[in-house]
Amino acid sequence: MDLLLQGQSWLPVAFAALLGLSILLYVVLDGYDLGVGILTGAVGAGEDGAHKDRMIASIGPFWDANETWLVLAVGLLLVAFPFAQGVVLGALYLPVAVMLMGLILRGVAFDFRAKAVDGHRIWWDRAFFSGSAIAALAQGYMLGLYIVGFERTAANVAFSLLTAVSLLAGYAFIGASWLILKGEGTLQRRAVRWARGTLWLVALGFVAVSVVTPLMSERIFAKWFELPWLVLLAPLPVATAAIFVVLHLVLKALPTRTDRFAWVPLAGAIALFALGFYGLAYSFFPYVVPERMTIWEAAASDASLLIMFVGACLVLPMIAGYTALSYWIFRGKAGRLRYD
Amino acid sequence: MMDALLLSRIQFGANITFHILFPTITIALGWVLLFFKLRFDATGDERWMDAYRFFVKVFALSFALGVVSGITMSFQFGTNWPGFMERVGNVAGPLLAYEVLTAFFLEATFLGIMLFGFRKVPNWLHTLATVLVAFGTTMSAFWILVLNSWMHTPAGYEVIDGVVHATDWWAIVFNPSMPYRLVHMLLASGLTVAFLVAGLSAWRWLRGDRSGGVVAGLRTGVFLAAALIPLQILAGDMHGLNTLEHQPAKVAAMEGNWETRGNVPLVLFALPDQEARENRFEIAIPNGASLILKHDPAGVVPGLNDFVADDGTVEHPPVAPVFWGFRIMVGVGLLMLAVSWAGAWRLWKSDEPGTVLGLALVAMTFSGWVATIAGWYVTEIGRQPWLVTGVLSTAEAVTRTAGAGMVWTSLAMYLALYVVLLAAYVGTLYHLAGKATAAATGRAAPTDPIAQGGERLAATPSA
Ligand code: HDD
Ligand code: HEM
Ligand code: HEM
Repeated sequence: MDLLLQGQSWLPVAFAALLGLSILLYVVLDGYDLGVGILTGAVGAGEDGAHKDRMIASIGPFWDANETWLVLAVGLLLVAFPFAQGVVLGALYLPVAVMLMGLILRGVAFDFRAKAVDGHRIWWDRAFFSGSAIAALAQGYMLGLYIVGFERTAANVAFSLLTAVSLLAGYAFIGASWLILKGEGTLQRRAVRWARGTLWLVALGFVAVSVVTPLMSERIFAKWFELPWLVLLAPLPVATAAIFVVLHLVLKALPTRTDRFAWVPLAGAIALFALGFYGLAYSFFPYVVPERMTIWEAAASDASLLIMFVGACLVLPMIAGYTALSYWIFRGKAGRLRYD
Repeated sequence: MMDALLLSRIQFGANITFHILFPTITIALGWVLLFFKLRFDATGDERWMDAYRFFVKVFALSFALGVVSGITMSFQFGTNWPGFMERVGNVAGPLLAYEVLTAFFLEATFLGIMLFGFRKVPNWLHTLATVLVAFGTTMSAFWILVLNSWMHTPAGYEVIDGVVHATDWWAIVFNPSMPYRLVHMLLASGLTVAFLVAGLSAWRWLRGDRSGGVVAGLRTGVFLAAALIPLQILAGDMHGLNTLEHQPAKVAAMEGNWETRGNVPLVLFALPDQEARENRFEIAIPNGASLILKHDPAGVVPGLNDFVADDGTVEHPPVAPVFWGFRIMVGVGLLMLAVSWAGAWRLWKSDEPGTVLGLALVAMTFSGWVATIAGWYVTEIGRQPWLVTGVLSTAEAVTRTAGAGMVWTSLAMYLALYVVLLAAYVGTLYHLAGKATAAATGRAAPTDPIAQGGERLAATPSA
């Protein structure tokens, strides 16, 4: 316990955990729906139009709630770490603006495409694809900049561009996995092909981040390669590699006639995101601004944190409950969306 | 060259102006949809379902725009106004957090069930989902208005080393201007929706659409507006009196009154000149302002010259925008009163609105937007130079990391996007209305599900 708290208040740690949890949930949940948006770029309008509609229908009831995890994440950063939010968001000013533009475009395109004049539809489809891709790239770029501590040297920017492409691939992968679960027939077969194609890019991203992160600071290097810390980290690469192998094998066998194992890619994708996230969290703890500001230095007053903590403990289980209800209501293969 | 402060202010103003257009609609439209649905459940009359099916599409579209523009809002605090959270985060933080936790997840999750679950869940659960969505939007308005009101009339806090700490949460939530602002905003939302529903229905009626849903929408909109507008005028008056007590400089700017004195006239028209510190071309009703604000023709009303420091520094808000914003809002309010009461009278006597009323309602379709934005400009510009009255000035909160160039870039991007989206939104509303009318009048009847571009309209279009 002392390793974690270092003799200081537990509330900032609890909020760091909550912040981490909501970022992870965001990346997984909005990840699959951004991924579906990215994959619509691979689907033509003409006779493929039905596929596109099915793909979009599969995320229709969920995307809004998924995006709310981003609102919670940035909200937690703002309210729990008021002294870090300005530094982090100020350093990411332009990528944040670009990401927001992407999210705006895709969020509204989703609704407009179904309601607009027929001739305009193709433009909303383009907006849906490009908005999703822009948002994913911007998020990946921000992840890269965060890892390198916001320093914009040529090498760091190159690294951030790599993380941008990797996250794009990661979202496309989890989106394809979602479609393997929710799709049928040719759409499902296409999704399997997409998943096979993106899996390798995701692996590349994992390797890149794993190589660069410990090089970023001596402290992180020590955490990765010295005892007793090493024990906490060692299972990570082993488990990650194992999942990649399993995914590779399962994707070779999919789709099966009875639809057995259609859930495996999605489960694997979630596990990969979670492991990657754990690795990063492990490296950066206890800093919110890498190497500059710890969570205790950045935190709001304990009294205010406590008020929010009580609320979060009461409300989060309810949110989990009705989110589960929603996924249960819309379970099974994606059908057509209709308001009546 | 404009600096990051001015640009950030313009950007924040542009973003929140774009954002508030959509919450203003979704907050009240959720309840109106619930009303349509409950009427249908109670009477089995198809026209209520007809109205529900049409306006649920308007709701879905408005909601999507509200959500995406709202996400931009929360990032702005960190990117452009880092000083806000650093200094008052201990109060603002929990309020924003409670908004996300109690409102945003609720509305976002149940929206899916409300929109797409009609055939998948029992009717009671669908109705419950509609209630929860409406409740969620209202809760969100509650929390954000608590925060905004606290910024106008802060209470329940102490300042230690420049940082605000909460001392009394009850006093923070129920700060002096909160009840007035909340009531005024919820009524504004109700009025905006009433005129939107009536206006779109009247547009369809004028094009020869006599289907049940059109008549139901027309009547609901007009009667709702007629009922709410007197309440709004009353609430606005009380809100003004409350502001007089807590932010006298703002009221002086609204009234265009320079000197503290009795027998202050009610200025109907003027061009306030802040350099010369006087009004030009003034048209006024003698003793009017004293009567309204003090209920006494001789009542003494504070003037702007009280808020100029000895060295000449101006400590009151810029006068012209506050003065004009106020007149636009009140002017629209009076128009709303005239149109909605005339309309209610007509629809009481006859089932047909007639061409004149129809055209008037079409002209007023977006009047709620105009009044709401004018009102917010009065409130917010009237608070300047403060961000949190007496605690934190706007200049102190602005970003020091992002330079003017960066803010220019993001601002230009947002503005271009907003213009396109606003045009697309309004265009799509009329496109939807046109399609519904075409189907009802038998000119064309697309019946494919919505994910395919069309929508399934009333099963039995009535002629
Ligand atoms: C009086 C009402 C009102 C006002 C003044 C504001 N909002 Fe808002 N907001 C809403 C009423 C609302 C709403 C009705 O609850 C929305 C509109 C549509 C929706 O989905 O929820 C919403 C959506 C919304 C969302 C998306 C929520 C989601 O994912 O579902 C965010 C992040 C914000 N808002 C944030 C803000 C911020 C930071 C504001 C101030 C600076 C703000 N809003 C002003
Ligand atoms: C929803 C309707 C709202 C509208 C139309 C609106 C409009 C505006 C406008 C026009 C300004 C610029 C004033 C000036 O700089 O001269 C402003 C300032 C500001 N408002 Fe609001 N506002 C709204 C709600 C809110 C809410 C709910 C909050 C916070 C909880 C808020 C926080 C701020 C802040 C931080 C500023 C300072 C930045 C600035 O001066 O531009 N506003 N607002
Ligand atoms: C006709 C009589 C009306 C009066 C006397 C009135 C009065 C006021 C006053 C005094 C304020 C400033 C509050 C402050 O000091 O901070 C205000 C703000 C506002 N008004 Fe009105 N108003 C009227 C009509 C309307 C109408 C018809 C609408 C919209 C449909 C509207 C929407 C708003 C909004 C959204 C605000 C900003 C939020 C707030 O501070 O409550 N008002 N109004």
